[in-house]
Amino acid sequence: MSPLKFKDVPVLRFIAFIVIPLVILILAAGAPKSYITSLIVTIGMYSLLCASLNLVNGFSGMFSMGHAAFMCIGAYMTSFFTVAPNVLAAHCPGLPNFMIHTSLPYPIALILGGLAAAVVSLVIAFPVVRTKGHYLSVATLALIVIVGAVVDNEEQFTYGSRGLTGIPAQSTVWPVWIVLIVCLFIMYRLVHSAYGRGLKAMRDDPTAAQTLGINLVSKKLSIFAFSAFFAGVGGGLYAHYLTTISSAAFSFTRSFAIVEISIIGGMGSLSGSFLGAIFYTIVPSLLQNLENGMVLFGTRLPQLFGLANIIMAAFIIILIIFRRQGLMGNSEIILDTYFRKSTYTALFKKGEWAKIPRYFADIPVRISAWSASRKKLRMEKKAP
Amino acid sequence: MTLTYFLTMLISGLRLGSVYALIAVGYAMVYGILRLINFAHGDIMTLGVYFMIALMISLGLPFWATMIISVILSIAVGLIMERCAYRPLRSAAEETVLISSLAVSTILQNLMTMIWTAQRMPVKLPAWLSVANRIGPFTIKTISFVTFGVTAAALIILTIIIRKTRIGVAMRACSENRKAAMLMGININRVIMFTFAVGSALAALAGFMMSGDYGTVYPTLGFTPSLKAFCAAVIGGIGSLGGSVLGAFIIGIAEMLFAGLVPTNLTNYRDAFVFAAMIVILLFRPNGIFGKQEGGRS
Repeated sequence: MSPLKFKDVPVLRFIAFIVIPLVILILAAGAPKSYITSLIVTIGMYSLLCASLNLVNGFSGMFSMGHAAFMCIGAYMTSFFTVAPNVLAAHCPGLPNFMIHTSLPYPIALILGGLAAAVVSLVIAFPVVRTKGHYLSVATLALIVIVGAVVDNEEQFTYGSRGLTGIPAQSTVWPVWIVLIVCLFIMYRLVHSAYGRGLKAMRDDPTAAQTLGINLVSKKLSIFAFSAFFAGVGGGLYAHYLTTISSAAFSFTRSFAIVEISIIGGMGSLSGSFLGAIFYTIVPSLLQNLENGMVLFGTRLPQLFGLANIIMAAFIIILIIFRRQGLMGNSEIILDTYFRKSTYTALFKKGEWAKIPRYFADIPVRISAWSASRKKLRMEKKAP
Repeated sequence: MTLTYFLTMLISGLRLGSVYALIAVGYAMVYGILRLINFAHGDIMTLGVYFMIALMISLGLPFWATMIISVILSIAVGLIMERCAYRPLRSAAEETVLISSLAVSTILQNLMTMIWTAQRMPVKLPAWLSVANRIGPFTIKTISFVTFGVTAAALIILTIIIRKTRIGVAMRACSENRKAAMLMGININRVIMFTFAVGSALAALAGFMMSGDYGTVYPTLGFTPSLKAFCAAVIGGIGSLGGSVLGAFIIGIAEMLFAGLVPTNLTNYRDAFVFAAMIVILLFRPNGIFGKQEGGRS
């Protein structure tokens, strides 16, 4: 009998991907605001942003780098509806009256922010989607410059580069993670619908997809807008995490970070965004100690600013040389666990729990099978 | 507004355009052969300036010697970058290599921050370079003339190399069809290394011109100009060197005229204007003005 695979043990997946994270989230939400809780919030926000970027980059075959621009639009739009009216009236007198005086609940403001980003993305997508490959990447980068310039210079709307302040700090653990799971559910259904299959067909072979009756232009425009919507929501979350925003928070660097997360996790997988975000958030924070000159074997290392970034960048180069598809590749194992009924029904089936000890008993078999397959691969490479 | 003011702006635009041209040609050459937007190109440019300052301060070499040595060092960095980050990815998708170049750019920027800090550093050029000459109604710094001269000389030499020499023919063959060129016995690696070497040298020269004019250097100096130079290359049609030079001058002049002629509350939109112009031009001519058919339209 072939050894059990991790994906065949739903109870174990349930424990690994739902129980353990849930426990961590509950502990973090109960704890006072600290470095660890802010890391967990950051992971949630980056997962959302990265998953929304993957909709375009991984599933449609376009390569957008302008996510920061949509974040920026979403962040400002959301903030206009949550910042106290007297602050807005003093700082942004140019806004229409209803925006200054309405205060909306946070979730509705987030949706409005996402919609604003989606509308702007549709306007911009018309010229941008007509280009392809690198041209599209650079055109979307150009978007960041344009949006940034508007935010910096239209002071009566945004208070310019001094930044919009007084945003309520509502992005704590629960709001961020609930928004993330809801958004991921929508994206997961989208990718696994007929629409999503058409999208993948377009990615793999545009011409063949077109002959099967898929309208490429409408697909590209719509997925661009979907992606921008979730980026806008993510930007809104980010604004309520920072509590003060200016165009500097939504620069090239932010966009590149999201692209890097998506590369680390795997562009073709929404689940990969979790891994990417966790990696991208935790590793630099560990490396930070190195940067500040830590004490190693009794000698104090010199302060080396930027070392964390250098190590991360070097890691990314090594990763794309040796594992181009990212950590997850095309696998959706985490989201399958969340959003498939089978995970939850398995908990009540006989025999499913019994698979756990078998899974662990099979580990040596699996390891030997894996090394045998590696050996075979090497032999095949040697004698083609 | 007087004609003199307009012409002064035009001259600054030409100077800016010639700096962009030096960068854009490097971009276009690499893009033509590897189909890669090398984001690290702008950082090579900054690095060249830092090398020059470091050599001047620490060794006290004469100006011309520091320039030559720092160009050589920049070429070395360009070659190392190609060997470590781009060559292993020769068969990968376009986007993958793009990410690699972004990572290289991050590494270079942070290395510069680590060694020379993120503070702006003054760039002291010999006094004769910053003399302001009065010619008729115009005041033009000597460095502007030097910029024009160096750009013209570099472009002429490059044209001769590409038209007449063996390696130039090989380069053209590679950008036409890399596989066919390989089958004809052209050593692709040597051609690509040569391309990176020339590109890095031109970038370093552009860095001297740019920082010499601004008077300062900081680690992220190269990023925006090089992105604009890339826009220029795209506008000109990225496969063609002549096109990218022309695109660079169009961008440089348009940028200066925009900065000089619009009301002051709009001058901050200078960068946005350049990029918006690129998007508009791509809308009507997706392959750039001189681009070949196979370019960017989806």
